[in-house]
Amino acid sequence: MTKSDLTRRSLLKTGMVAGAGLALPTIFTSRASAFTNNPTGKTVTFGFTVPQTGPYADEGNDELKAFKLAVKHLNGEGDGGLLQTFSSKALNGTGVMGKKVQFVTGDTQTKTDAARAAAKSMIEKDGAVMISGGSSSGVAVAVQALCQDAGVIYMCGLTHSNDTTGKDKKRNGFRYFFNAYMSAAALAPVLKQMYGGERKFYMLTADYTWGWTQAASMKQFMEGEGWSMVTDVRTPLASTDFSSYLAPVLSSGADVLILNHYGGNMVNSLTQAVQFGMRDKMVNGKQFEIVVPLISELMAKGAGKNIAGIPGSSNWNWKLPDAGTKAFVQSYGKEYGVPPSQAAQTCYVQTILYADAVTRAKSFNPCAVVEALEGFKFDGMGVGPTVYRKDDHQAFKDVLVVQGNEKPDNEYDLLNVKQITPVEKVMYEPESEFFKGGNLGQCNPGA
Amino acid sequence: MDAILLQTLNGLDKGSAYALIALGLTLIFGTLGVVNFAHGAVFMIGAFCAVSMNRLLHLSYMTVDPTKKDFLGNPMKIQTPYIEAWFGHDTGAALLNWSVPLALLLALPVMIVVGVVMERGLIKHFYKRPHADQILVTFGLAIVLQEIVKQIFGANPIPTPAPHALAGALDLGAMIGLKAGAVVYPTWRMIYFLFSLIVIGGVFSFLQFTTFGMVVRAGMADRETVGLLGINIDKRFSIMFGLAAAVAGLAGVMYTPINAPNYHMGMDFLVLSFVVVVVGGMGSLPGAVAAGFLLGILESYGSMNAVKSLLPGIDQIIIYVIAIVVLLTRPRGLMGRKGVMED
Repeated sequence: MTKSDLTRRSLLKTGMVAGAGLALPTIFTSRASAFTNNPTGKTVTFGFTVPQTGPYADEGNDELKAFKLAVKHLNGEGDGGLLQTFSSKALNGTGVMGKKVQFVTGDTQTKTDAARAAAKSMIEKDGAVMISGGSSSGVAVAVQALCQDAGVIYMCGLTHSNDTTGKDKKRNGFRYFFNAYMSAAALAPVLKQMYGGERKFYMLTADYTWGWTQAASMKQFMEGEGWSMVTDVRTPLASTDFSSYLAPVLSSGADVLILNHYGGNMVNSLTQAVQFGMRDKMVNGKQFEIVVPLISELMAKGAGKNIAGIPGSSNWNWKLPDAGTKAFVQSYGKEYGVPPSQAAQTCYVQTILYADAVTRAKSFNPCAVVEALEGFKFDGMGVGPTVYRKDDHQAFKDVLVVQGNEKPDNEYDLLNVKQITPVEKVMYEPESEFFKGGNLGQCNPGA
Repeated sequence: MDAILLQTLNGLDKGSAYALIALGLTLIFGTLGVVNFAHGAVFMIGAFCAVSMNRLLHLSYMTVDPTKKDFLGNPMKIQTPYIEAWFGHDTGAALLNWSVPLALLLALPVMIVVGVVMERGLIKHFYKRPHADQILVTFGLAIVLQEIVKQIFGANPIPTPAPHALAGALDLGAMIGLKAGAVVYPTWRMIYFLFSLIVIGGVFSFLQFTTFGMVVRAGMADRETVGLLGINIDKRFSIMFGLAAAVAGLAGVMYTPINAPNYHMGMDFLVLSFVVVVVGGMGSLPGAVAAGFLLGILESYGSMNAVKSLLPGIDQIIIYVIAIVVLLTRPRGLMGRKGVMED
């Protein structure tokens, strides 16, 4: 028979001590990691996913340069850029919440799977607390959903599909860039004024979420102005030769070609349309015209002389006269020797807006950041007063209607701002036709 | 009718590029028995010869114009090409304008050297290895070449326009008695088609009507017997590799005004060109050319709105559908010979 020292009292004591011992670190851990990738050291990591290859590589490279500049300014290096003109004065050039900002980058290749893999690695391996980038709405929608599930903030870069803040909107995602609906709403009255009220248009549309919503928006607004659509032809995003799609345009009876293409796609399709002689033709007794609803400076540069006179819309332009634009152009121009594109301005602003929201919220917790950004009104970033609407996380501000410069003064003087459409003209209800069906859901802090 | 004519022209134009690349692939396969997956990269290097020529001609010196301001408000820096300073503004501007045709002069020797170096330096070591090894090594070489070009020229497409005089469109409808404006087609694309016919004709004539070509054809038919006759067939086959590279390179130069060249363009064409070679029949030069034009035309027809409304997405897969049909009905391709790639 063996004698045991175990008594009821000692068992209870041991159990309580062991229980407390096991529970204590869990309590600390759960507090310390109340959200994904809580930065505990002297640095905080941002993740920037941009296309460095593929049809949007031009935009991606410019985005990356802007991200680097924003980080520099947040850490107190350089001339401070837009921190000087931003209406919120929470940031002071000492990093974010006293932590120096560092960043990791990844190539999205303009493919959703590559973009998700890059963002996932940044979150899981590099400890990124915020992801930004894009240059394709397909990529932005996919990465935004990933960030929602992972519990980090996604500050959308260049994404113009209605769906990003429509049916695919997420509580952890915010978009500063304008969208396809706003482009069409701003552009339609100007096009009617330029080319008359009875036109027949033929559309070539990039076959993914951005192209679909851009085409649908243009169709609705142009038909509202009295124009009629001949057809809308979908083209694969990977296309480089659009000749098969362009060949039937002139014999279709259309007198306007609308190119719902962006980046390298648009450079190729516009160049090839001009090669087909479309800008010299008279159809239905009218001059044949080409319209590109979304134009960037980089696309204008790629298209060269072919862009002259082509109307479109932009989120921002480096020639705007406001103080914010001037400060950013100076800062970016001194750093890189060229004026910034709208892609660069968007990504720079998004990085600053995130850092500002963290500082105002006094926390990196995504839910605190969401709260700080929802309904946030700000100014001094270019294009006037802006508000991040709480209902869909879309930024609302004025929209630019631009036109390819016929007589550029220098190699960067490619687009003229033809009209600034006030934000009231491009507003819509969150549940209106092109945006319904989505649900922001709850903020996800992860961990 | 007009739409069919337009898409036929378009198909001939697309087919020109397919045929030229497939012709080079077949030349290499027919002579050396190598399946060269780096051939698309050679096409891409040719295109970048045009970019290089354009940049060479645009080498400039800088002056400062204090009367004008740049975007930062500093005095404007004006770039003047040396060529305009040396030959005068008009002649210099004309040379700049014709940089793509001028690039042919640069590309011809460069591409022959690239081809011969590629063959002597790497590919000859794989002649007696299985086709799978050849495919792996040439595919690896293609990736290396495109990454080198990416490092030097960047990832973005570089617009390289045609001369102004050839940049517009031709009203072919009016020329052949149809309604004016019914069939309008870009001038440069017509030139590209004619160029491809000249190159293809030149290669066939070279093989058919020269002693060198006769020896090469004999070597393709029976390499061992030609070697026993005391002829160094290896040397001739190396030159043929250089010739194939030159064909692809020149095709690349002339293609640049159609599509701005980028480092990845070779891969885009490579897969289609291999399908062309297989459909035409491995080792058959006429087969490669015929299949190139045939698939180009069918691809264009597949892009017609009327066809796409009946068969949505057909434009994306038509080439592969045709390839499956041809291989099921004629396993050696349209003009394939018995015994090629058959154990």
